[in-house]
Amino acid sequence: MGGTKLNSNQAELAQLARREHFTFFGLTLPYLVLVGAMIIAPIGWLFFLSFIGRDGSFSIENYERMINSKAYIRIFLTTFKISILTTFFCALLGYPLAYFMSQISRKWANICMIGVLIPFWTSLLVRTYAWLVLLQKKGLVNTIAVDLGLLSEPIKFVHNTSGTLIGMVHIMLPFLILPLYANMRAIDPHCVKAASSLGATSIRAFWTVFFPLSMPGLLAGLLIVFVLCLGFYVTPAVLGGGKVIMAAMKISSNIELYFSWGAASALGVVLLAVTMLILFIASKLVSLDQFGQRS
Amino acid sequence: MTDSSLNISIKDVTKTYGDFYALKDVSLEVLSGEFLTLLGPSGSGKTTLLMVLAGFTSPDYGSVRFGGEEVVLKPPHLRGIGMVFQNYALFPHMNVAENVGYPQKLRGVSKEETRKSVENALATVKLHGLGHRRVDELSGGQKQRVALARAIVFQPKILLMDEPLSALDKKLREEMQIELRQLHDSLNMTTVYVTHDQKEALTMSDRIAVINDGRLMQLGTPNEIYRRPENAFTADFIGESSLLPAKVKNGIATIGSKKLKGAQKLKEDGDFMLVVRPEKLFIANKKARDANHFEGLVEDSIFQGESQLMVIKLDPENYGERSLRLRIPNGSTSLGKLPDINEKIILGLKITDSYFVEAANGRD
Repeated sequence: MGGTKLNSNQAELAQLARREHFTFFGLTLPYLVLVGAMIIAPIGWLFFLSFIGRDGSFSIENYERMINSKAYIRIFLTTFKISILTTFFCALLGYPLAYFMSQISRKWANICMIGVLIPFWTSLLVRTYAWLVLLQKKGLVNTIAVDLGLLSEPIKFVHNTSGTLIGMVHIMLPFLILPLYANMRAIDPHCVKAASSLGATSIRAFWTVFFPLSMPGLLAGLLIVFVLCLGFYVTPAVLGGGKVIMAAMKISSNIELYFSWGAASALGVVLLAVTMLILFIASKLVSLDQFGQRS
Repeated sequence: MTDSSLNISIKDVTKTYGDFYALKDVSLEVLSGEFLTLLGPSGSGKTTLLMVLAGFTSPDYGSVRFGGEEVVLKPPHLRGIGMVFQNYALFPHMNVAENVGYPQKLRGVSKEETRKSVENALATVKLHGLGHRRVDELSGGQKQRVALARAIVFQPKILLMDEPLSALDKKLREEMQIELRQLHDSLNMTTVYVTHDQKEALTMSDRIAVINDGRLMQLGTPNEIYRRPENAFTADFIGESSLLPAKVKNGIATIGSKKLKGAQKLKEDGDFMLVVRPEKLFIANKKARDANHFEGLVEDSIFQGESQLMVIKLDPENYGERSLRLRIPNGSTSLGKLPDINEKIILGLKITDSYFVEAANGRD
């Protein structure tokens, strides 16, 4: 137990700790390089490009156009409208399903979960075109509805906002259900039992106990869906039939039709900025609300 | 305060899950203002019975009456019971005062009155002035107190508790046992308490209902349950005990070739067990008329603080391969010196402490 003994292995122990640090750093290095090369650098390049005007000199014309042009404002409004509506319908469909899944046994919930996840294993493009086939004028839905006499004539489901919404809600639903279900499973069922033993009807117990406790999961799900919607391309492009133009589609057309990298970059930067702003606000909201005090 | 509680009458309550009987024809009277403990090992059905009382589990058949009123079909929120759950079940999105005030809010009690009753309830559980605290800032013991305050704030006539202390450490648990008992005495609510801890049950209860395999094994005061177990299960489950198999024929009990005298009259012939409590055994210098005696060798001797536990291997010729446990309080002056390991000794058990129970034969 002498002091010399302690001193002698101190150096070795320090070396051991250093080696451990290096190992961890080495393990994260590939990812850090990847993020640097594939995300940070391109975003910097994007940012730089957005300030290059038509004539190749430094200018803020790309941003000016966004504020002044009615077309751009309409695109932003459409983007937000579609994103908000999609998120809303996802919540409307997803919350009851997630609630149901959280109340049944884990075995059955897992079976339901497979049902929720199967669409994930199918290509996005395939699913989108499948909706096109189902919903078009002579598609399955219209044909059956007309044959059964539910409709006097086929309804125009696709190449408009409703088609875009149907497709997007279907594709986004799992993103809402997954965090929400995980949250609901973690809610102590005894809390709801406690509420009803203390005198709450099941509806009252749900609204005063279960629903507030499911808020973090719901907010997380809403946020993921909304942010994904903001940058969505394939589904609105196919099911909107050119009539529903969202920001991502404008970015694409800026490059493919007008070869205007500056305008596309500026739009990309704005979309990124809006997304980050929303994430920032949401993170504040969730951390404050979650299990916080209500006064 | 007699009108602040109700008696509970449970009759023929049976609950099955498939082929499994969680409760089998359980009938039990809980007296008004009584502290009754449902005691049994895990899976015995004690919690199921509590859930039947609370209304969370519906029995297959049977009746539950609170003060004469049939409640078996009533949903939980109309039963007017206070309930404390094993894991506290506090609402994490509300602070302490909101948790405790929750039942009052549901009952439409005015804000001012709610505030007063919450303060009273918090004072009762010794959590003065912690109303503004968040639930996750509380220690385990404090959470348990909040859960208790929430269950008593609306002055229910019946209080149900499901292993409320099992998550606390030993020292705190023992303090809370005494406190809960005192609280019960001052509030005088009919209390049904579930635990698997026999010591807790003995400490707190007016009466204990021992439950095993979905059936009521014995109902009695802690003293009766401990001293006069009616069956091998109760004898084994409550307190420390060694069970020695005995045969009874014509009212005379024998172990091996030895005759034994018992505290009770043995009317039936058959297989019995002698219940031997370690603290009732003593080292006998000479054989006496008022005791049964067992010869054996000291096999092990363990210092346990307040007492010395000894394992005595009984003489295999007379008793077969069996051993008894003997507990001697440390510092007792009656013995000059503790016997050494492998020393041959004679154990005595007073006839008044020699109690037989029927051997557990194949359960159905």
